Amino acid sequence: MSVTTEDVAQVALLARLSIPDETMEDVTGRFTRILELVAELQQVDTDGVAPMSNPHDMEQRLRVDAVTEENRREELQRPAPAVEEGYFLVPRVID
Amino acid sequence: MTALDISSATAAQVINALETGAVSSQEVTQAYLDRIESLNPKINAVVTTDHEGALAAAAAADQARAKGAGGPLNGVPLLHKDIFCTAGLKTTCASKMLANFEPPYNATVVQKLNAAGVVTLGKTNMDEFAMGSSNETSYFGPSFNPWDLERVPGGSSGGSAAAVAAGLAPLSTGTDTGGSIRQPASLCGITGFKPTYGRISRFGIIAFASSLDQAGPMTRTVEDAAVMLNAMCGLDTNDSTSADVAVPDFQQALQGDIKGMRIGLPKQYFSDMLNSDVADSIRAALKELEAEGATLVDVDLPHTREGIATYYVIAPAEASANLARYDGVRFGHRCDNPADLMDLYARSRSEGFGSEVQRRILVGTYALSAGFYDAYFKKAQQVRRIISNDFKNAFEHCDVIAGPAAPDVAFPVGAKNDDPIAMYMEDVYTLSVNLAGLPGLSVPAGLISGLPIGLQLIGRPFDEETVLRAGHRLQLRTDHHLKTPQLGADQS
Repeated sequence: MSVTTEDVAQVALLARLSIPDETMEDVTGRFTRILELVAELQQVDTDGVAPMSNPHDMEQRLRVDAVTEENRREELQRPAPAVEEGYFLVPRVID
Repeated sequence: MTALDISSATAAQVINALETGAVSSQEVTQAYLDRIESLNPKINAVVTTDHEGALAAAAAADQARAKGAGGPLNGVPLLHKDIFCTAGLKTTCASKMLANFEPPYNATVVQKLNAAGVVTLGKTNMDEFAMGSSNETSYFGPSFNPWDLERVPGGSSGGSAAAVAAGLAPLSTGTDTGGSIRQPASLCGITGFKPTYGRISRFGIIAFASSLDQAGPMTRTVEDAAVMLNAMCGLDTNDSTSADVAVPDFQQALQGDIKGMRIGLPKQYFSDMLNSDVADSIRAALKELEAEGATLVDVDLPHTREGIATYYVIAPAEASANLARYDGVRFGHRCDNPADLMDLYARSRSEGFGSEVQRRILVGTYALSAGFYDAYFKKAQQVRRIISNDFKNAFEHCDVIAGPAAPDVAFPVGAKNDDPIAMYMEDVYTLSVNLAGLPGLSVPAGLISGLPIGLQLIGRPFDEETVLRAGHRLQLRTDHHLKTPQLGADQS
């Protein structure tokens, strides 16, 4: 199992990461090593085994659909890098 | 401080000194703050110290005590791993991404420990976003092992382990996704406990892998861990995976003997991968438990090796989803002068995350992507069930499973940086326990050439009591947990 630098570039795009050209070879090499490790999974016979997403097979607990939080907009926006009039600022999306 | 030697003090000793009036919380707190100031430059276990907040909390604790009020940990100093949100106190997860993040709320664990009366001294160093087994991926530089400053303390809760070992606090908190409490506890010679998944609320703990993450106490003794657990556990409606299971009195659970307790030894845990000196120490510790009336039985955990592959699909996959929230918009690092939205996301994330975090996001994204989901993520979740069933089968024959917490003693800083796989092997004995959601304890089992190693005890789901009782019996018979490193600094 090996991946190419193009594969890694595609995954990086999906993950919203930018990998500089000079580290691409190194990143791809380490990525391949990890895929070789996880390839061991294929040796295990899993026919008919249900996937386990939670260690206790717990069911999602539901809550009553009621407002329990107060409006703390100012406090919650304080860690934001750029806000204006209660809105988060991002670069222009529509020209 | 004459009434109390804080370099080796347990929380029980601190509580006793406070109760008898030998010292005040303000005096103890100041002494720990002074010790952090003098020793932390060598150990780098603490990344934020809250002098003002700690002394104010200590003064409040002293006042409460004077009125006969205050919780079971009233006035006892503690350090939180920097993954727990602390309102108004910087919480960085040891990442550039969150280097200036001040949470607007407290994690449930923080809130509960505050209610029990602790004095928060500050926050401890860790691997970035808890991804690592050596504390070397921290944005703030590695923490060092107090037993040998050229070696790692383990990770990811390396700062919390090093801090307790060095006497910078009698108590600390940690989190454990694949061994991040137990492995550093082993490498630093302290007691570290990961309870059953769901025992302790994850609310306000910066998420790594949500189906594996669990918080726990890091202490000198099992007794102290039990006191902390009493404060930390319980149902929390803010965490939908928090377990609705009755919480026993863990201190009470330490009472009684372990006669007839069956301790299972998986042959896979004593294979060639294990350093033979470590194996000898583990066997010696098990002999002590035998002398207490326990019986040793052989058990089989046939997919121990495949646990590593399973974990290194599931944990990165969940991490890639959890870390999608760092977008440079709502909180966290934002790049300068983004050209457009895509540039804002990609550059903020690549500048904010270190290389190990980016590697895991890439692997996780790959494992979840169209065309690979069945071969990786679904397959790993199926093997996860097989591993969980292996434990169930083993527990048909025993009450506790025992083995090492790590394959070797602490390694030199930098020794495993070139090979991610060598680092991942550090967690071979611990990460299956997270996959199965079981409680796991690491207790000191002696020194090898001056470096500590830990015995791991694993229990059935929600049976923390049996594990803790066994660990406590070992600590009543041996003094491994009372050994402290020589740091050559003034004891205050």
